[in-house]
Amino acid sequence: MARVKFLCDADRCIECNACVTACKNEHEVPWGINRRRVVTINDGKPGERSVSMACMHCTDAPCAAVCPVNCFQTTADGIVLHSKELCIGCGYCFYACPFGAPQYPKVTNFGSRGKMDKCTYCAGGPDDKPGKAEYERYGANRLAEGKLPICAEMCSTKALLAGDGEIIAQIYKERVLKRGYGSGAWGWQTAYRETVAL
Amino acid sequence: MKTANRIRAAFAALAFGAALALTPASAQAPVNPTASAVKEEQLLKELDRVTGRVSIPDRKAGVVIQPEGREFRALQTRAMPWVAIVAIFGMLALIAAFYLYRGRIMIDSGKSGMTIKRFGGFDRVVHWTTAVSFLTLAATGLNTAFGRSLLLPLMGEHAFAAWAEFAKMVHNYVAFAFMAGIVAMFVMWVKDNIFQMIDMEWIRSFGGLFSHQHPPSSRFNFGEKWMFWSIIFLGAAISATGLMLLFPFQWAGIQGMQWATLIHGVVGVVFFAAILAHIYIGTLGMEGAFDAMGSGRVDVNWAKEHHSVWAEEELRKQTPQPADGRLAAPAE
Repeated sequence: MARVKFLCDADRCIECNACVTACKNEHEVPWGINRRRVVTINDGKPGERSVSMACMHCTDAPCAAVCPVNCFQTTADGIVLHSKELCIGCGYCFYACPFGAPQYPKVTNFGSRGKMDKCTYCAGGPDDKPGKAEYERYGANRLAEGKLPICAEMCSTKALLAGDGEIIAQIYKERVLKRGYGSGAWGWQTAYRETVAL
Repeated sequence: MKTANRIRAAFAALAFGAALALTPASAQAPVNPTASAVKEEQLLKELDRVTGRVSIPDRKAGVVIQPEGREFRALQTRAMPWVAIVAIFGMLALIAAFYLYRGRIMIDSGKSGMTIKRFGGFDRVVHWTTAVSFLTLAATGLNTAFGRSLLLPLMGEHAFAAWAEFAKMVHNYVAFAFMAGIVAMFVMWVKDNIFQMIDMEWIRSFGGLFSHQHPPSSRFNFGEKWMFWSIIFLGAAISATGLMLLFPFQWAGIQGMQWATLIHGVVGVVFFAAILAHIYIGTLGMEGAFDAMGSGRVDVNWAKEHHSVWAEEELRKQTPQPADGRLAAPAE
C-alpha cells in the first residue's frame, strides 16, 4: 500500500488560509481548535514564505511513543490516527509533536483538557465504522469515500499536496526542476527522516 | 536661448546618468525569487526550530517545526524508565543490604515502658495527610509513566484508559493536599531542622548506623534533618513543575513544558526512592520509631538513645506516662 504524506510547496503558498477554512468546515471542527494552520515565516521581509501545517503523520510518530494509554495507531497507509475513546487528555503528545498538531478542547483547567483532536488525514477515527458517530467524533472520512484530504483538494495554488508520498515528491521535484528553485519540503526531514532530493 | 538649451540638456544628461546609477543590478539579471527566501534547513540549523506569524490567536501555533519534540520523546520513553529503575530498585537493594547487615535497630537498653510526647495531634495529621497523598500521587504517577508497559497488557486498552483517566484526575486534585502538607511541615518543623554543631558528631559516626553508637542529638538528628530538607526541596521542585503541568503554557512555552514534564518525572522517582528509605527506618528498620507518628508518644529509652539532648530537655518539662496507661495518657 502507498504511504501517504503531506507536502507544502512554500514557493506556491499564498497564505489564503483556504485549507484551514476548508478543514474547519468539512469536519465541523469546534471553535478554538485548528487542525491545520498557515504560518508565515519572515513575515513582511523579502523572501517571506508561508507554510500550511497540520499533523504530518510521522514515521515512527513521537506522539504515539509518549502516549501513556497507547491511543495512537498507524494505518497501513501511514496515517497516524488516535482513539478519542482511549485519550485521557494528558497533553504529552503536544510536547512531543514536532509540528504542534494536537489540539485540546479545553486548555487550562487542572489538566482536564478533554479528548485530543488533530488532523486525521480525512480518514476518520480508528474506533468506529464510517457514519454519524465517527463524524461527530473525528470529522469526515473522505478516504473511505475514495477522496483525498479536503485541504489539499481545495488549495487554490496547489501548493499543498496530499497523496502517495512518492508521487507528490515526484510532482514537487518536477516543479522545482522546471521553475529552477524550491525552498524544500518543509517538515519532511523531521517527520519522515528523509527529504525530497532536488 | 542657446545657453538655456545647453543648461537644460546638461541637466537632462545628469538626471539620466543618475537614474542609470540608481537602477539595481538585479533588474537587468534574470529574476531569482529564492535569492533571499528562507530555507527550512538553514532555519533549523540556526534556531533548532521554525517559527513565524500565524493569524489564529494562539501564540504557540506560530511554532511550525520543533524537532526537539523528538528529543523529548527519547528522554521520556528511553532515559526516564532507566532513571526510575535505578532509583527505585537501587534504593530497595540498599535497604535490603542494610537490613541484612544491621537487622532491626533495637532499643539497646530495652523498652522502659514509660513514654513522652514527641508529636502532637496536629503534627501527626499533617504528616499522615502528606504521607497518604504522597503515596497516592506516587501510585498514580507511576501508572502514568509505566502503566502502559506494565498494566495495559493485563487490563486491556479500554479498562486501562478508564483507570488511567481516573488516576490522572486523582493525581491532579490530590496534589493540592500534598502541597499544603509540604508547606505546613516546613512551617512546623523548620526551626528544629536547622543545622547545629552537634550534628557534626552524627555525621562523623554516620549516625551510628554502622558502628552501633548513639551520637547525641536535639529533637531531630542529622539523618532526620537530611530527610526533612530532601522532602522540602524535592517537594518544592515537584510542586513547581506539577503546577506548570496543571496550568499548561501559563508560565512556559513548549520547551519549558517539555522540561517540566521530564523534571517532574525524574524528581518524582527520586522522591519515591527517598521515601522508601524513610518508610523503612520509620517502621521495620528501627524499634520504637513508628510510635512517634503513631501514638505521638515515644519510649523514654528510645528518646534517650536517639535524641539525647531533646530527651533531657523534655524530661525536665513533662513527666513520662506508662505506655499501656491509656487512661492516664489519652492519645490526642
